[in-house]
Amino acid sequence: MKDNQAAAYWSANIRIIVICLAIWALVSFGFAIWLRPMLAALPITIGGTDLGFWFAQQGSILSFIGLIFYYTWYMNRLDRRFGVDEE
Amino acid sequence: MDQFTLNLIVVGASFALYVGIAIWARAGNTSDYYAASRGVNPIVNGAATAADWMSAASFISMAGLIAFVGYGNSSFLMGWTGGYVLLALLLAPYLRKFGRFTVPEFIGDRFYSNTARIVAVICLLVISITYVIGQMTGAGVAFSRFLEVENTTGLLIASTVVFVYAVLGGMKGITYTQLAQYCVLITAYTIPAVFISLQLTNNPVPALGLFSTHAESGLPLLTKLDQVLMELGFQDYTGSHGSTMNMFLFTMSLMIGTAGLPHVIIRFFTVPKVSDARKSAGWALVFIALLYLTAPAVGSMARLNIITTIFPNGTTEEPIAYEASPDWMTNWEQTGLLAFEDKNNDGLIQYYNDRSEEFAPIAEARGWEGNEMVTFNRDILVLANPEIAQLPGWVLALIAAGGLAAALSTAAGLLLAISSAISHDLLKSVFMPKISDKQELMYARISMAFAIALATYLGLNPPGFAAQVVALAFGLAAATLFPALMMGIFSKSMNMQGAVAGMLAGLIATLLYIFTYLGWFFIPETNMLPNTAEHWVAGISPLSFGSIGAVINFVTAFVVMKMTQAPPAEIQELVESIRVPRGAAGAIDH
Repeated sequence: MKDNQAAAYWSANIRIIVICLAIWALVSFGFAIWLRPMLAALPITIGGTDLGFWFAQQGSILSFIGLIFYYTWYMNRLDRRFGVDEE
Repeated sequence: MDQFTLNLIVVGASFALYVGIAIWARAGNTSDYYAASRGVNPIVNGAATAADWMSAASFISMAGLIAFVGYGNSSFLMGWTGGYVLLALLLAPYLRKFGRFTVPEFIGDRFYSNTARIVAVICLLVISITYVIGQMTGAGVAFSRFLEVENTTGLLIASTVVFVYAVLGGMKGITYTQLAQYCVLITAYTIPAVFISLQLTNNPVPALGLFSTHAESGLPLLTKLDQVLMELGFQDYTGSHGSTMNMFLFTMSLMIGTAGLPHVIIRFFTVPKVSDARKSAGWALVFIALLYLTAPAVGSMARLNIITTIFPNGTTEEPIAYEASPDWMTNWEQTGLLAFEDKNNDGLIQYYNDRSEEFAPIAEARGWEGNEMVTFNRDILVLANPEIAQLPGWVLALIAAGGLAAALSTAAGLLLAISSAISHDLLKSVFMPKISDKQELMYARISMAFAIALATYLGLNPPGFAAQVVALAFGLAAATLFPALMMGIFSKSMNMQGAVAGMLAGLIATLLYIFTYLGWFFIPETNMLPNTAEHWVAGISPLSFGSIGAVINFVTAFVVMKMTQAPPAEIQELVESIRVPRGAAGAIDH
C-alpha cells in the first residue's frame, strides 16, 4: 500500500472512531448522566420513569452493542475498499 | 433427595465437565498455551470473554449492588459494558495484528525497552493479583455456602480444579472451559429471573418486565418500587442522589479500567483474524449484556418482592409477624445473611430506613424503635430468588454451580495473565532468552502452578482490604496500561521515555490518591485524610480517580516525549504495520 493510501485509510478509520466514540459518550455520560434533567423534561416516559433512567440501565448498553457491530461492519468494508482486508 | 445432595450432584457434574474439557484441550506448544493457537471462533471467544469478565461479584452481588442504591449505581452497568467499546475501537484489533502473546510484550516491543516491559509487568501483576484475591475468596464462600464445607476446604477444591485445567490446557483449556462456564452461569442466572419477572409483571423477559406494569397494583413496576421505598424512608430507586461529577468520573474510570485489564485483553489474541477481534468484542458484549440487562431487573424485583412479603397489606399498614414469616426467610437467617431483632417487642418485622432523619418522626408515631431487619445482605437478592419464587431444588443447585463457574472462569483468566507475564515476559524476554519452546512451555506451567499457589494463599489469608481492591485494580488499569497501549497504537512518535514516564506517573498518582484516603496499603487508620467528600481534592472520590490517573499518564507521556528523542524508524514502521489488518495470519508463528 502506498503512503498516501495508508494515510487515507488511517484517517478514515480515525474519523469513524471519533463518530462512534461521540455516540458512546452521548448515550452514557450524556443521556444517562449530564443530560438526564433535560430528557426528563420531555413528555416521554418509559415504565413510569424518564428516558435518562432507561439509558442508564439499558439504553446505553444496547447502544454500545450496536456501536461495536456497526464499527465492525464499517471497517470490514473499509478494509476491502483499501485492499488491506485479510485473505 | 435433599438440597445438599442435589447441590453436590450439579456442582460435581459441572466440575467433571471442566476437567473433561481440560483433558481434551491439552496444550502442545506455547502458542496453544498462551493464545489457543489463535484458532478460536470469534463467537466462542465472545462467550469465553463474558465468563472471563463476569466474576463471582457480578453473578452474586451486582443485582443487590444496584437494587440497594438505584440509579446512582448505574455506573457499574455502563462502566463495565462501555469499556468494550473502547476495546473494540481502540485496542483489540491492533493488538491482535501485532500478534504476540501478552500485554507487557506489546509495551516492551513497541517502546523498544525492557524497562517499559518490566514496568508493564509490575502494573499487570498488581492489577491481576489484587483482582484474583477476590475471586478465590468468592469461590471459597460459594463452596462453603452451598456444599456445607469449611471455607478453606472449598478454596482448596476450587484451586485444584483450576490447577487441572489451567496447567494442562493453558489458554486453550481455559477458553473451552470458560465457554462451558458461561453456559452454566447464564442459565443459572436467567431461570429464577424469568420466574420472578413472570410472577411480578407477567412478562417473561426480566429486562422488559423492569419497565412494564406491576401486576398486583397496576402501577408501573418502577413507580411501585419507588413508592414502597419512600414509604419506608429509603431513597427512591430511580432518583438522582449523588454528585453528577463523581458519577461521570466513576463511570469513565470503570470504562477505561475495563479496557485496560490484561486478562480481558489477552482473550482477543486467540481469534484468527483482526476483523474477528472486532466482531468478538461485539459478541462478548452481547453475552455480557444478557446478564447485565437482567441484573437490575432481578435486583429491583427481588427487593420489591421482599418488601411486599414483609408488608403484605402495604407499607402504610403493619408488617407481618416474625412467627408468620415465610420459610425462605428462616432458611437464610441460618446463614447469617438475614437477621431479625425485635427491638420494640411487638413480634412484627419492622423493616425501614432508621438512618433517615425525615422518616424518624413517622417511625416514632408508628411505635417503631429501629430497623428490625438488622442484617439484610444484598447477595440475598440473587441467592434466595429460587426459593422466593418457589422453584424446585435443582434451580438452587444450578445457582451454586453458576456462582462457582463465575468465580472459577475469572480466576483462570487472571491466573493465565499472571503466569504468562512471568514465564513469557520476565523469563523468556528478559532473563532467559535462549530457552526453547518446549522449555518455555514447562516454565509457563510452573509459573501457573506458582500463581495458583499464591492466589490460594492470598485467598486463605486475604489482606483485609477485599472491598477496596476492585477500585485499585480498575484505577490502576485505567491509569497505567490503557494509556500506554493506546499511545503505542495511535501515536507514531510516542517514545520509550514518554511511555515509561507516563505509566509511572499514572501508577504513582493513583496509588497516592487511593492510599491518602483509604490508608497506606489499605491498613486501617493510616489514611492521611478522612475519606469523605469535603476532604477529596476537587470533590473527586478515590474510587473515581482512575480517569484522572489516565489523564496524568497521557499528559506526562506527551511532555516527556517532546523533550526526548523520536523512536527509531523501524518502530514507526511497526506502528504502520499494526494499523492495517492484512497479514495477521502470518504473525501466528512469530
